[in-house]
Amino acid sequence: MIQVRLAAHGADVEFQAASGITALFGAAGVGKTLILDAIAGFVTPASGRIILDDEILFDGASRVNLPPGRRHCGYVARHWALFPHMSLHDNLLFPLAGLARLERHRRVKEMLERFALHDGAPRRPNQVSPAERLRATVARALIGEPKLLLVDEPAAGLDIALRAEWHNVLRMLRDETSLPVLLAAHDPDTCFELAGNMLLLDAGRILQSGPPRKIFDQPAGVEAARLLGIRNLFPAEIVALDPGRNTSRLRLETFELNGPYLPGRLRGDRVWLCVEPGQLHATPHDGSKPSANQVAARLERATEMPRAVRLEFAGGIVAEIARRDFEQQPKDGDNKEWLVEFPPHALRVLGCP
Amino acid sequence: MPLDWLWIGLRCAGWATLLSILVALPLGWLLAHHRFPGCELLDAIATLPLVLPPAVLVYYLLAASGRWRLDFSWRAAVGLSAIYTLPLLLRMMRAGFAAVDAGFENAARGLGAGEWRTFLRVTLPLAWRALIGAVLAGFARAFADFGATALLASDASHAPTPWLLVPIAALALAGLYIGNRLRRTQVPA
Repeated sequence: MIQVRLAAHGADVEFQAASGITALFGAAGVGKTLILDAIAGFVTPASGRIILDDEILFDGASRVNLPPGRRHCGYVARHWALFPHMSLHDNLLFPLAGLARLERHRRVKEMLERFALHDGAPRRPNQVSPAERLRATVARALIGEPKLLLVDEPAAGLDIALRAEWHNVLRMLRDETSLPVLLAAHDPDTCFELAGNMLLLDAGRILQSGPPRKIFDQPAGVEAARLLGIRNLFPAEIVALDPGRNTSRLRLETFELNGPYLPGRLRGDRVWLCVEPGQLHATPHDGSKPSANQVAARLERATEMPRAVRLEFAGGIVAEIARRDFEQQPKDGDNKEWLVEFPPHALRVLGCP
Repeated sequence: MPLDWLWIGLRCAGWATLLSILVALPLGWLLAHHRFPGCELLDAIATLPLVLPPAVLVYYLLAASGRWRLDFSWRAAVGLSAIYTLPLLLRMMRAGFAAVDAGFENAARGLGAGEWRTFLRVTLPLAWRALIGAVLAGFARAFADFGATALLASDASHAPTPWLLVPIAALALAGLYIGNRLRRTQVPA
């Protein structure tokens, strides 16, 4: 259990984390690494208090500031930071300086086994595979038996195979240890897949916290939605609400849509409407009159992706349709005029702008 | 005797280098890792001999000699030589320490190592190429300096014969070259 309240270099956060993975998610440079560094003791916060289990690691008011070595935090740095001049074996041995010889030997052996590092143990970090480097870094962070693991996820340099390995290691940490893990995450997929809890950071502040599923489904506001990479955010006004028929009517900038009834909202409320790109139906405009919830839009760009085609329309509408559907469209004409349908059940409403 | 002279030169340069290592090593580490009030001023003062014409410094020393009684022994030569070796050594060592990724040092601290152990086990092994390079360059400088001074200062009977300038240049060149080579071949991270 870690309790953190700190202010440092523009960041100002307060949160707790128990066992399992707690993801700190936000854009690059938002202060995720800074928070990890402050907990590890590499950066001294201006004020605040950090408590791990029952031990005060830092307290601005009473000037307690334990050195990094006495904080019992494991740290997995973004660039791994395995000592390049030592073999993996010696890297693992490094944190065990104060222990008896036999105990050191036992722990290193155990870690080498647990992380499948026997082959790479006598080699230096630059002589082993990236996957082994990754596992060795985590093994070294765990070998001192920390009470908390701080993990700074690499933003780049993880190819697909290494990313899978990375997720495997994180999953193992989550399932096989009872350690609280603080993960500075760059990848929403990692958060969603592995984290039990998530803190959404923006400009050094926590915008929203909770289970990732809840945050992705119901972002607290438009900033949160933008951070999560949610497309299709439109300002809208509620012009009609009918609880009896479970409907509502929303006026957007240039068109109106029928939506589901919005509990807790009033007529005249200004809200943000959001729709998953994959839930929009887009078809080429054949000249017929648009039906309800269909909007005529001009295609600006079509981007092919491995499994879908992303269509970007004027007015900021983004739709994703299956590649096969896209390829079956008639190729005559310039195919610029499309009809985009907003299914009422797909419309979500975020907090006031 | 020419070889005699060479021996004195090597000895003087050696002592001067040693002396400036004793100052430059801790100071270089301090300046590379910590910011404190006056740190840049300290660096500037130590670097001053690099830009100050030797004549100016020597003039001050001679002016002070009335007060402190300078003896013209080899010890004085070592002291003076050390003053001139220090800036070069300090600059290069500071750069060498600064080039060590702070992530490695933080990792060591986080893994329970104190400052001293971090320095000995992590910083020093990662910076040693740059440090050796600095020492060789400093030694080359001190030795060449001594040679030039001796050439001009000694009377005709003791003057080193001109061909001795070749080993001076060769030694200085070798020192600089090896030093550069060492600094360039970093340990891959």
